[in-house]
Amino acid sequence: MKRKGYDGVVICAPVSVPYRRYSVNSAHWWIGRALHALLQRTGLMPDQIDGLSVSSFTLAPDTAIGLTQHLGLSPRWLDYVPMGGAGGGVALRRAVRGVQAGDADFVVCVGADTNHVDSFRKTLSSFSRFAQDAVYPYGSGGPNASFALITRHYMNKTGATREDFGRICVAQRANAQRYDGALMQKTLTLEDYMRARPIADPIHLFDCVMPCAGAEAFLVCREDDAVAMNIPYARILSAIERHNAFASDPIQFRGGWAIDRDELWGMAGIKPDAVDFLQTYDDYPVIVMMQIEDLGFCEKGEGPAFVRAHSLTTDGDFPHNTSGGQLSVGQAGAGGGHLGLVEALRQLTDEAGTTAVPNANIGLVSGFGMINYDRGLASSAVLLARA
Amino acid sequence: MTEPLIRPRRKDPLKKTREPLLPQGVRSRTAHGLTAAAAEGRFALQVCAGCGLAIYPPRDACPRCLSSRLPFQDVPPGGTLLAETTIRTSTDVYFRERTPWRIGTVVLDCGPSFVAHLHGDVAEGTRVRLSLRLDKSGNAVAIAMPEQSSQHQGDDVQLREFTCDPKFRRVLITDGRTAIGQAMARAMAGAGASIVFVGIADAWKPFPGETALRTIPGAEVVSLDITDSQSVADVAGEIAHRVDILINTAEHPRAGGIMHRHGLTIAHREMDIRYFGLLRLAQYFGPTMRARGADGVNAAAAFVNLLSVHALMNWPQYGAFSAAEAACLSAAQALRAELRGGGVKVLNMFAGPLDTEWFQTVPPPKLSPAALANATVDALRKGIEDSYVGDIAQDIKARLDVQPKALERELGQ
Amino acid sequence: MTTALTAFAVALATGRIRVIDLTHTLTPGFPTIVMPPELGQCAPFRMEEISRYDERGPAWYWNNFTMGEHTGTHFDAPIHWVTGKELPNNAVDTIPPEHFLAPACTIDCAAESAADADFVLTIPFVQAWEAKHGRIPSQSWVLLRTDWHKLPPRQYVNLSDDGPHSPGPAPDAVKFLVEERDVHGFGTETIGTDAGQAAHFTPPYPAHHYMHGRGRYGLQCLANLDQLPPTGTLLLTAPLKIRQGSGSPLRVLALVETKP
Repeated sequence: MKRKGYDGVVICAPVSVPYRRYSVNSAHWWIGRALHALLQRTGLMPDQIDGLSVSSFTLAPDTAIGLTQHLGLSPRWLDYVPMGGAGGGVALRRAVRGVQAGDADFVVCVGADTNHVDSFRKTLSSFSRFAQDAVYPYGSGGPNASFALITRHYMNKTGATREDFGRICVAQRANAQRYDGALMQKTLTLEDYMRARPIADPIHLFDCVMPCAGAEAFLVCREDDAVAMNIPYARILSAIERHNAFASDPIQFRGGWAIDRDELWGMAGIKPDAVDFLQTYDDYPVIVMMQIEDLGFCEKGEGPAFVRAHSLTTDGDFPHNTSGGQLSVGQAGAGGGHLGLVEALRQLTDEAGTTAVPNANIGLVSGFGMINYDRGLASSAVLLARA
Repeated sequence: MTEPLIRPRRKDPLKKTREPLLPQGVRSRTAHGLTAAAAEGRFALQVCAGCGLAIYPPRDACPRCLSSRLPFQDVPPGGTLLAETTIRTSTDVYFRERTPWRIGTVVLDCGPSFVAHLHGDVAEGTRVRLSLRLDKSGNAVAIAMPEQSSQHQGDDVQLREFTCDPKFRRVLITDGRTAIGQAMARAMAGAGASIVFVGIADAWKPFPGETALRTIPGAEVVSLDITDSQSVADVAGEIAHRVDILINTAEHPRAGGIMHRHGLTIAHREMDIRYFGLLRLAQYFGPTMRARGADGVNAAAAFVNLLSVHALMNWPQYGAFSAAEAACLSAAQALRAELRGGGVKVLNMFAGPLDTEWFQTVPPPKLSPAALANATVDALRKGIEDSYVGDIAQDIKARLDVQPKALERELGQ
Repeated sequence: MTTALTAFAVALATGRIRVIDLTHTLTPGFPTIVMPPELGQCAPFRMEEISRYDERGPAWYWNNFTMGEHTGTHFDAPIHWVTGKELPNNAVDTIPPEHFLAPACTIDCAAESAADADFVLTIPFVQAWEAKHGRIPSQSWVLLRTDWHKLPPRQYVNLSDDGPHSPGPAPDAVKFLVEERDVHGFGTETIGTDAGQAAHFTPPYPAHHYMHGRGRYGLQCLANLDQLPPTGTLLLTAPLKIRQGSGSPLRVLALVETKP
């Protein structure tokens, strides 16, 4: 059966609550800030928000339902999307269908987390049952160690070098220097990158994201309503998600995008060369390279050559992670899963300011998340277009 | 090749003794199937009874056929180290003071990928053998070992986190009057223990092997009577801070059941030597050992109980004896929980009848004291929590696993 | 008016009568009699603290102790031995209390025992002693001084692969003391009233056999017999009042007169 398109429904109102390295506030506070900002900029009243989608790791013991009472909302459509880096795409897919079907009119999608001084460690040790049973007791290196193994294997198999990964990180830092919301704006050279201290070989300091507190949000509604309320918006051309792909691969070398990318491009009716910028999920550059390959920008294993051949800055020939990505902006927990979508939305609604990619009409936002055991389980991708 | 361990220098009295920390000790209930295997030194994974898939990490449904029948069973431990990393930064306080720490992804021949600790001798891309061990928290972890063993393999710094190797450690053998006590002293000296304290009660009573005992290299006879709290307190006061491995060799096997054994004098003695003896050792040596669980190369490592396998199921012919052994087993379980905070293991060595005068009339097979002592060295080197030594012990354990009630009847016939 | 007891009290107060403690301190390490290991064993002295001004009892210190009836310096009642089992008043609780005060003769065999651990007290030896110190009075303890109490534990028990070696009385000597001298009981410094090798005598353990068979008492593990005169000692030997007790650890006090 041919998938139904996303006609008539749009994404709008990008909101980023400025990040902080540590916060004494709760996830509830950060979600509240994001909603407040979204209402302010759209002119919506709280009782008009009849759909809410929440992604957060630090909301415990609450989930989305507890938030409704906490925030004084009474939605008729409610979703909780604990899928980390794939959460933005997944939330969008569900929200669009909800609005398209008439189950809700205005769905706010929020990804937010707080970061107390000790919350990262606590999140790691109880992240999942497999993490508890089979990851944390092995050195407690967190995602650094898990990605170190994936990176090492990828380097062995493709010949990728640290310099190749460094190019991604250095370009993103250059982008971040144009984005006020980035926590890390100090110039990063390839030499700096190469000289950084090792964290879990071959992962070094600048391969790692910095956990922080922050919130990202956007609104999904009917195009008619956006027009009526004079809210700039973008169209959704296509979207995919996949979980636990390639389970029999002994170690992660590819993600779920490789299964679904034909559908992604087919549904949008375009090819990769039509894309003006790419927002990948970038906690560790190896996974950026895999997304570039698996989404079809180059063949499998050619990611290193691709990043050598292209300039990844906003003014380059392959603008990538235009606000600096999580590597430079910071990783606000589940907020990181929404960061790429929100930045893409700014690009396509002329709100990107100094990070704007010239003549950006089509953007691809890719998500990846949930190192449950040895690999990321969730992948998503969304193609957005200027209205 | 592993660099041989260097004999630790004398402790600097100005340095604070490092407090023991543990790696995360929480596991799912199912994951304790690995703990059970590690406790016995086996390598076992869940293998789906429905489709035969070997499964890791532990699950409650088969990821291929969704069967819920997922028993743990021994599987071949061979595999290939696909990728490795050296963790240099850890969020966990235990690992933080042990970095750099190597882990790697091992693809097992039997199927699953296993992220495991790495022995120093294994290299990426080579064949390895996974071994399940108990970490300081008492839970199972796997370490990838080289396929070929080498001379100083046991000295590997990561491996030693999971083992209680007697090498350069100071051992207390609580009763050197017996054949097993003397065999144990010899075995520990042979395994490289730097001091073997040997407790002798009633030093005024001569005993066989006395002269030979005193000539064992590194052996130091101490006057210790574990039926006397004051004696245990006195000895602990002198040497508890120097005891890295305590091996309770005190035994009191006496034939006879419950009903026809005239009075309680023998039973009192049994309980005093075995159960109360264990309690006294635990009370006077335990706290110091627990506090010294991370005290360098010769940190406190293990409290070893020699138990009759009939602690697990009563042998009415030695009925009161079995009951005293069962009491010791129960106490050992409590002690295990109490010492765990220090990362100090409680090893139980289950044995059938020893080839000694107290089992004179019991038909073979019987276990030689030397065999039990050697098995104890092996258990310490591997950190095996429950060892079943010899044919009888293994037979009883196997029968117990299959059908405890049948075993009860059979032993009572 | 001066009564016997006030005179006695004055003598004590003025030092005319000296009190000598013949008791070993009860300690866990003090040897107990060695029996073949398959037989029942006498419990050694053990002490467990109940509290010591701590959470178990804030203002007081006390202990529980356990031991056998025949542990440390102790008293043997006739019921202890099979030969005395049918006698009247044969247990520590039924022995007439006046029996706990009696005179004692001390036979010095220290030199002989030092020369030969298996020294045996014979009738001629007793007679030689009587020739020097007079006939042993009826109802008097006979104490065997060997200086054994000065030995460290290993030599004190003096075990070898054929059993313990320590001095004690010959069978006919015990018989003689009971039948010819009507002694009150027999006391030693060694771990039993019998010689270390007495299991091989005929009858075995003659001191136990004859003494208890005739309702006489035993004292063992005595100390300080070297401080006693050959004659003129009064012994206080009150055991614990244990119902049907076969013996009891006790404090043995010797009263001796000093020279004026």
